[in-house]
Amino acid sequence: MTYTDYATGEPVADTKAPTGPVAERWDKRRFEAKLVNPANRRKHTVIVVGTGLAGGSAGATLAEQGYHVVQFCYQDSPRRAHSIAAQGGINAAKNYRNDGDSIHRLFYDTVKGGDFRARESNVHRLAQISVEIIDQCVAQGVPFAREYGGLLDTRSFGGVQVSRTFYARGQTGQQLLLGAYQALSRQIAAGNIEMHPRTEMLDLIVVDGRARGIVARDLVTGRIDTYFADAVVLASGGYGNVFYLSTNAMNSNATAIWRAHRRGAHFANPCFTQIHPTCIPRTGDHQSKLTLMSESLRNDGRIWVPKAKGDTRPPNRIPEDERDYYLERIYPSFGNLVPRDIASRAAKNVCDEGRGVGPGGQGVYLDFADAIQRMGRAAVEAKYGNLFDMYQRITDEDPYEVPMRIYPAVHYTMGGLWVDYDLQTTIPGLFAIGEANFSDHGANRLGASALMQGLADGYFVLPATINDYLARNPHQDAVTGEHPAVQEVLAETEDRLNLLLAVDGDRTPDSFHREVGELMWEFCGMARTDSGLRKALERIPQIREEFWRRIKVPGTGEEFNQSLEKANRVVDYLELAELMCLDALHRAESCGGHFREESQTPDGEAARRDDEFAYAAAWEFTGTGEAPVLHKEDLVFEYVHPTQRSYA
Amino acid sequence: MARTVWDSSVGKKTVMAVSGLIMLLYLVVHMIGNLKIFFGAGEFNHYAHWLRTVGEPFMHYEWTLWIIRVVLVVAVVAHAVSAYQLSRRDIRARPSKYVHKKPQASYATRTMRWGGIILGLFIVWHILDLTTGTVHSGGFQEGHPYQNVVDTFSTWYGNVIYIVAMLALGLHVRHGFWSAAQTLGVGSRTRDRALKAVANVLALLLTAGFIAVPVGVMTGVVS
Amino acid sequence: MKLTLRVWRQKNADADGAMSTYEVDGISSDMSFLEMLDTLNEELILRGEDPVAFDHDCREGICGACSLVINGDAHGPERTTTCQLHMRSFSDGDTIDVEPWRASAFPVIKDLVVDRSAFDRIIQAGGYITAPTGAAPEAHATPVPKPDADFAFEHAECIGCGACVAACPNGAAMLFTSAKVNHLNVLPQGAPERETRVLDMVEQMDEEGFGGCTLTGECATACPKGIPLVSITSMNKEWLRATRKVARR
Repeated sequence: MTYTDYATGEPVADTKAPTGPVAERWDKRRFEAKLVNPANRRKHTVIVVGTGLAGGSAGATLAEQGYHVVQFCYQDSPRRAHSIAAQGGINAAKNYRNDGDSIHRLFYDTVKGGDFRARESNVHRLAQISVEIIDQCVAQGVPFAREYGGLLDTRSFGGVQVSRTFYARGQTGQQLLLGAYQALSRQIAAGNIEMHPRTEMLDLIVVDGRARGIVARDLVTGRIDTYFADAVVLASGGYGNVFYLSTNAMNSNATAIWRAHRRGAHFANPCFTQIHPTCIPRTGDHQSKLTLMSESLRNDGRIWVPKAKGDTRPPNRIPEDERDYYLERIYPSFGNLVPRDIASRAAKNVCDEGRGVGPGGQGVYLDFADAIQRMGRAAVEAKYGNLFDMYQRITDEDPYEVPMRIYPAVHYTMGGLWVDYDLQTTIPGLFAIGEANFSDHGANRLGASALMQGLADGYFVLPATINDYLARNPHQDAVTGEHPAVQEVLAETEDRLNLLLAVDGDRTPDSFHREVGELMWEFCGMARTDSGLRKALERIPQIREEFWRRIKVPGTGEEFNQSLEKANRVVDYLELAELMCLDALHRAESCGGHFREESQTPDGEAARRDDEFAYAAAWEFTGTGEAPVLHKEDLVFEYVHPTQRSYA
Repeated sequence: MARTVWDSSVGKKTVMAVSGLIMLLYLVVHMIGNLKIFFGAGEFNHYAHWLRTVGEPFMHYEWTLWIIRVVLVVAVVAHAVSAYQLSRRDIRARPSKYVHKKPQASYATRTMRWGGIILGLFIVWHILDLTTGTVHSGGFQEGHPYQNVVDTFSTWYGNVIYIVAMLALGLHVRHGFWSAAQTLGVGSRTRDRALKAVANVLALLLTAGFIAVPVGVMTGVVS
Repeated sequence: MKLTLRVWRQKNADADGAMSTYEVDGISSDMSFLEMLDTLNEELILRGEDPVAFDHDCREGICGACSLVINGDAHGPERTTTCQLHMRSFSDGDTIDVEPWRASAFPVIKDLVVDRSAFDRIIQAGGYITAPTGAAPEAHATPVPKPDADFAFEHAECIGCGACVAACPNGAAMLFTSAKVNHLNVLPQGAPERETRVLDMVEQMDEEGFGGCTLTGECATACPKGIPLVSITSMNKEWLRATRKVARR
């Protein structure tokens, strides 16, 4: 049986979401959830993996509630999690602008923006909580942009027509993360959190069908240890680094979620990846990562390419009537502000036509000439100065004089571990929050919604739902290192690392990472086809086989060894990539970030096929290279009725 | 409170700033007083005598002077001890140097430390020379400061020691005054230029004013 | 470009370190400094040698992980993070010295990697506003004057990289500590803990073994986020104010 001959198993259902009016469900769930007596909370240990917006806020909040939290991050400090790099902003349905926003509108925009592949209950909850997040962050001292009256400023952001995005210059993620980090620090100082920086989760410990701990490696000493708890929370972020080049941090990885998947947690919608339209194009083979330019640039910049193919004139020499402002032409009402997936695909299309600009023709212009003329250079500088500086530093070109060049890059993964309304995975006691889970963005995430979801999960959702699990499922005995299940996981982890060190081949971990990444970008990137995906699915096991034959990792496991860290992450990318391709292959529709060339409207737009694919695909692991089992969760839309998205 | 101030690196800097400003104030007065030497022995010696009778009849003879001396000694000791302890801390905090040496912009740190040591030694010599007369070059005469000063600056080493110390003083005051302002929290972006200007003017006036005396003796203006 | 690199190699915290010399060739001026080191490391791995360990993560200048002293300058010749430094700042044939942050509060872990957890402990001592989740008032309940909000933001930009400590001849952490104190103390939300925050953070800073400030300004020159030297002055002012207020209680 080959990998593509997957079986379809029993459907999965979200049994935790209450029924009834969508606006009342969260209240209802919070009321129905059992509580843990405050005096008993300190007897419960909760492991949190990751210290980004979701993990940081969850760790702090759980500790404030009285739980004993044991938290991990691979970085040298919890303050460095990659949420810090989010630039644009955070959405909240405050309606401070009185421009017609509401919780219902944010809910509607998010379901629609996600191309009707997210759960209504979850999304509505997210919109409700968005309002509280801003209050919470302001109370923590997050220095959001303010107006002269002292009130919070907002702006409109990618693909919505209300001004609901709160921001802190181009560093919103940094400021929100530092807020969470500071709350976390307070709890560490209070002794409520045991923090393990430079410690990476390598596997999940499941005892009697329930998540009871993790195996983690101290990256400084190389020591592999087991840690036990009553519940485990994964907040380890997304898996965009499968593509090698992405806007993710270099060390962001999929190991925590992939190992959990291997231990029984279903992985949902792995093919839903977001390609961000405004990144700085790559300059050569040495490129190690891609840098995002905030989407807010699209508010004032105009995107264009030359009308003629192969036009190599410098941009300033191309007269106005020989330029194609293609987004404004194709989508007159949204123009340059169409959702990310549409903007990205449009850029790919014009480059595929041979009209791309810059080295290799992999770029389009983002031009501020009009904005500078309209607002004046000073105003443009005030608004985007730091982004312009960053662009100039990287490219050595002055965007005030020459239009920027941008190209899409992998930015975010909507897929992730399948979770129910309580954010619990299919392994009891294992929760996944933030980008690590699949829940709220459907097939495409709206701009400024990642920060919102990470903080909603961490500050408000998980701390309310994890009580229910802990209260209903008290553990009878503590797990110890002697338990056979623990011994087995530990031995497997050690064996894997030892094998990586023992192969002593002739290829570096990076070379394999790059190879699988390029394959994924080509066949499972912005546009996917049945034949391309099959090609990738044929190739991935070959790379995997070669990996285990030719990998070279110098040094030992008992020391600080960055090559070993990297190689072990690549092991998991080589398995996850296969599942992503299979998921993309099976979903023979186009929706959101997933564009199947076979499924388009006559005018080249994505054609969703709700009759066949209005479900979340949750995959069950059966073995490396073995066909997984597909469990479908049917999506029901009672409030926002699926329509073909139209931004024209 | 005293303990928290003394225990803290910021607190010790505050002690340095305050003691430094006390000494600076004294130096300004001292320098102005010194200039009286250009008006002849009578006026200068009279001024020296007056210093001992300040505050009379409320104060007894030399009481005020002794109070000033005590305040100055406390200031010097506090300044020096803080400086010593802070320097020890700084050196411990940065035990190994970079292999790649680059021209340090931090002239201030080095000149402050070396300058401080030079000034400390100078003060000792200066007191032994002109207050107690212990190491005085000529025949030291109590109550005849004019002649004592002329004697000191009639030797080459007296001039060298004094002028070198006064140049060190200028550099020390230049960074020290501005630095004290920062430590006491009165510096700001808008005030920075003004503070630096005041520091420069103070340093220049003090150095020039003090050096004027040996120059006067050397050129024969004072004899 | 062809370059000669002299890199600090140190097996672990206890081992002695020394500079080792490497030649790298085929370096493009579009490469970032870290991509140049990647190139070197790929070669070292294939030669069976231990690659050079260095901290790095986001590679877009915001996480604060990267921490190299290049030719004696923290983060190198440009005012930016090491990851945003590009090879166009160097010329063919250059010899480049690469060293770790040096300060006793930042012990070397391996090669160019140092332990900066002292910074975390300074924040833990008071670099936060006590606002438990769920306890927050409506965000618009307390307007913050724009100049104060801007002042807070300007200091909140600190990425905690430690370049200030690395550049300071005294290994002082005053700029880092002052950035957080100023960010939180200017905000009305930070007012209730205004005094304890600055006193506790400064105390922790001293305990960690950082040096004292001699206002040389090297920190502000090295800071990739442009936190100004006057930030330290503002913290001193806060500290004095707090000392007076606490003494009166």
